[in-house]
Amino acid sequence: MQTESGEIRGITTILGHQFDTTGMLGYSDGMRRGFPAWATIPSAKWLAMGRQWHLFFAWLFVINGLMFTAYAFASRHATRDLAPTGKDFRGIGKSLRDHLLLRHPSGKESKRYNVLQRLAYVTVLFIVAPLIALTGLAMSPTIDTAFPWLLTIFGGRQAARTIHFVACFSFVGFIVIHVVQVILTGFFNNIRSMVTGWFLVQHKGVGHEA
Amino acid sequence: MKPEHAMERRRFLKGALGAASVVALSGCDNLTQSSWFPSILNKAERWTEAVQRAVTPRDALAKEYREADISKMFPANGNTDPGTEQYAGHVARNFSGWMLEVVGLVQAPRSWSLAALKELPARTQITRHDCVEGWSAIGKWTGIPVGDLMRQVEPLPNARYAVFHCADVDDEGVAYYESIAVADCYHPQTILAYELNDAPLDVPHGAPLRLRFERQLGYKQAKYVTKIALAESLAGIGGGKGGYWEDQGYEWYAGI
Repeated sequence: MQTESGEIRGITTILGHQFDTTGMLGYSDGMRRGFPAWATIPSAKWLAMGRQWHLFFAWLFVINGLMFTAYAFASRHATRDLAPTGKDFRGIGKSLRDHLLLRHPSGKESKRYNVLQRLAYVTVLFIVAPLIALTGLAMSPTIDTAFPWLLTIFGGRQAARTIHFVACFSFVGFIVIHVVQVILTGFFNNIRSMVTGWFLVQHKGVGHEA
Repeated sequence: MKPEHAMERRRFLKGALGAASVVALSGCDNLTQSSWFPSILNKAERWTEAVQRAVTPRDALAKEYREADISKMFPANGNTDPGTEQYAGHVARNFSGWMLEVVGLVQAPRSWSLAALKELPARTQITRHDCVEGWSAIGKWTGIPVGDLMRQVEPLPNARYAVFHCADVDDEGVAYYESIAVADCYHPQTILAYELNDAPLDVPHGAPLRLRFERQLGYKQAKYVTKIALAESLAGIGGGKGGYWEDQGYEWYAGI
């Protein structure tokens, strides 16, 4: 938007409310662009190349997601470690308090996922991630031809597009919080356990293989 | 472990993470500029095409909407006026001299005047136009099925691509063209439209003839069509990638 003084401002309208987002959304780096250069790949405003990155990594996202899901159910990781139990739900208040105070479980308790972790993982893995893939596909004219129900469940291509953005930003938000927590609770130990399955529990300064 | 150490470690890791993310993103720009990486990214287009063609029945129709769904404003994107003297002459004569040629790898090349095309059986479809920029608009198109023209000219067995040549040129004099698979020309919704929303196509929307290829993105819908040339390969035509936008890095297969 150009103001009376000739200055260009980035304006974002959400549900009828206008917000000045100059420097972030709408206008940044001296040009009209949706997102600022530091947040886009490639940094230049280059739709064709952006699509190539996007559609290549969309394939990796889907293939990786399908392999993880197959493994998680086959190995019972999903039901054993991820699905919250009734006992978990009863302890939700305490877990919430511990998280807000950044009080992290130690010892044996740190070996199993707590209830908020479980809820976050289940939501991201089995709701947000599939939503990202399905809303993305709903924007494809060919896929809409093959599976017209995608348009029905999301309420059309533009609604799917909005949900796609919200779901993707939720996913990124999850990753940011997840990585911060990984760092706060012991970067190397966590990374080792993710890659190898071995997690070291600290007992008064003495390590025990778990 | 003493708390001070823990704090120091945290600060160090946070700093490292911040630095790593900046390095990672500028690394992405380096990859984009390299010659090998985009050629890997490019592979996704072939996978997408193979999978989408496999899951989509050959003659499945793109969703057709109701009259009530027609968009009040149908944006005109890309070139909105060929701007050449020749084209201005056609506009002045209300396109009475406009010809469509179908040539190349065909048994019986021929051409039609616009009036002759309008005599052929027409198809009307209310469909959604999906722009690569993200927006979409619903319009009612009337035109001649390209498949009917193909049946008249009889493509030779080695004809793989139908290349649509257009009357518009960009600021640098590069002519617009597009191409689709000859097999896709026979899809019932692949038409050369001469009407939008019950009115003759206007100049911004591609008067007098515009391709509608409903199952792919907007940049495939070539405007101001003057010639369809059937070819075995796209090499040597324009920039060789099969279309004006394809020559600038967009995918030839525009199903997503």
